[in-house]
Amino acid sequence: MIRIEQLTKSYQMGGESLQVLKGIDLVIHKNEFAAIVGPSGSGKSTLMNMLGCLDVPSGGKYELDGQEVSGMDDDELAEIRNFKIGFIFQGFNLLHKLTALENVELPLIYQGLSTEERRERAIQSLEMVGLGDRTDHKPFELSGGQQQRVAIARALVTKPPIILADEPTGNLDSKSGAEIIRILHDLHAKGNTIILITHDPNVAQQAKRMIRISDGLIVEDVEVG
Amino acid sequence: MGIIQAYKLAIASILSAKVRSFLTMLGVIVGVGSVIVAVGFAQGSTKSISDQIKGLGSNLIQITINTRGGNRGVTLDQLLDFSDQHADSIAALAPTMSASVTAKYGTKTHDTTINGTSQEYSLIRNLKVQEGRFIQSIDVDLRQKVAVVGTAIVNDIFIDQDPIGEKIILNGQVFTVIGVLEQKANGQDSSDDDQIVIPISVAQRLSNQSVIRNFSIQAVDAAQVDAVMTQLNTFLYGIYQSSSAFRVFNQAQILSTLDTVTGTLTVILSGIAMISLVVGGIGIMNIMLVSVTERTKEIGIRKAIGAKKRDILMQFLIEAMVVTGIGGLLGIGIGLGVIKFVIGGLGIVPEVYSITWILLSFGISIAVGIIFGLFPAYRAANLSPVEALRFE
Repeated sequence: MIRIEQLTKSYQMGGESLQVLKGIDLVIHKNEFAAIVGPSGSGKSTLMNMLGCLDVPSGGKYELDGQEVSGMDDDELAEIRNFKIGFIFQGFNLLHKLTALENVELPLIYQGLSTEERRERAIQSLEMVGLGDRTDHKPFELSGGQQQRVAIARALVTKPPIILADEPTGNLDSKSGAEIIRILHDLHAKGNTIILITHDPNVAQQAKRMIRISDGLIVEDVEVG
Repeated sequence: MGIIQAYKLAIASILSAKVRSFLTMLGVIVGVGSVIVAVGFAQGSTKSISDQIKGLGSNLIQITINTRGGNRGVTLDQLLDFSDQHADSIAALAPTMSASVTAKYGTKTHDTTINGTSQEYSLIRNLKVQEGRFIQSIDVDLRQKVAVVGTAIVNDIFIDQDPIGEKIILNGQVFTVIGVLEQKANGQDSSDDDQIVIPISVAQRLSNQSVIRNFSIQAVDAAQVDAVMTQLNTFLYGIYQSSSAFRVFNQAQILSTLDTVTGTLTVILSGIAMISLVVGGIGIMNIMLVSVTERTKEIGIRKAIGAKKRDILMQFLIEAMVVTGIGGLLGIGIGLGVIKFVIGGLGIVPEVYSITWILLSFGISIAVGIIFGLFPAYRAANLSPVEALRFE
């Protein structure tokens, strides 16, 4: 499903090259529930950007769902993000002016689906996260937990092979956070591949596998849960 | 993403910031509005002037003598002989002598133009009388002090009164009104209806000038106009031995000169209006750039979930086009309103609407949207998703 070999990423900072990822080797299989943990500055966010095809690596290989991703151009990466990855962000990242339903429909618009099909799949997806009765609400009319569930519905609507959740409970109270974790467990049980990025050990304990990053390298890779 | 989807998105986005959208459009509204008004005004003036010239009658040739008096001047009799010799190409010839006078009737006065001429003038200028009769040869021969008046004079000094047979005083001389000219223009002052026609022989005495400087000639048909002009030039050159002593010209020449003048007027006026469109376009670019910055996060989210560069470019470009397109439509509406109610309504010039210019200015406003929206849209499309997502 995901195969990474000697992945590196460097940034140019005032004439100096700063290496954030120093050669990551990682394989994540279908239907795994893996947590990537590490303190801030460890390179986990950069790794998450690479895994999510939001950014391109400086070196190494990245094979996603059987496709070599490194070396793709911006538009090819956009298509990979559209079809293969479902993002769940810490800050929900919903569009404020759109309703829950329209937010969930958005990835399907970029896939070029018809209005009816979009609508049908978006409603299904919202029902799956228990928001079938909130389709016409705008984000500001929803609680934080509900907003994150809309974001999960949006991530699921394209039926992506991989769901990337970046600190999904970071902005939520413990009750809403627990609800989100429960949904992730559900999704995993239904056969989804989930990668959870977090700095919170308690959240990481929810996954089946924990990959610890420190200073741009994997320092621990263990079964948990 | 489909085009229809992109339009829906653009309209939603415009509606979500109505005041800003309107202010953005304002430049285009003013620009397009002034193009429409400028062109309407220029074409209206052209129409009003060319209608007047065309109203002079068809196949008209005019002669103007430039030299002062002298014994060598061409006489009416010489020209009448010439016209008789060329009866196959010249339909009629009439002398004209114009002067400004004040017409008095009782205590009322009216400043107008008198035209001294002969019977043939009515044929050449297509003048008909709606009442009474026109000047006749006998009036000229006997130097009868008779006058045919235009409706503007009737409206001003003969209110609710039959002017036929009444006496009016022109430059101290008493004239009897024998006819009223059929209304040609709108019966207003300074129009074709504001004139008094008197016999040429009387006009010569009244103005104390024996030399006639102006003649109107009608060719039998349009095809003969050039031939008659050549013959006249040869004939007059034979008399004056100088080509600058006289001028022979016809309507077509006047009209083509007029076309050049009004063409230039249209270009200048619309050029000025175009500048305001460009200024409007710069305003749009400015606001679009701000809008792109404000919506960086939105762009990041859209890109993260799969929007390609093309999708983002289209979104902003179509938004700019819809803004300028709506602005263009409003501008056209306002421009047409100004033409109808101000320019036409106040009778400054006739109302003229040019479909070509309406379509053209709508096209230009869309083009302004594309041209000035391109840079902000390009900028939005090329934002890096990682950095755009980080933007708060």
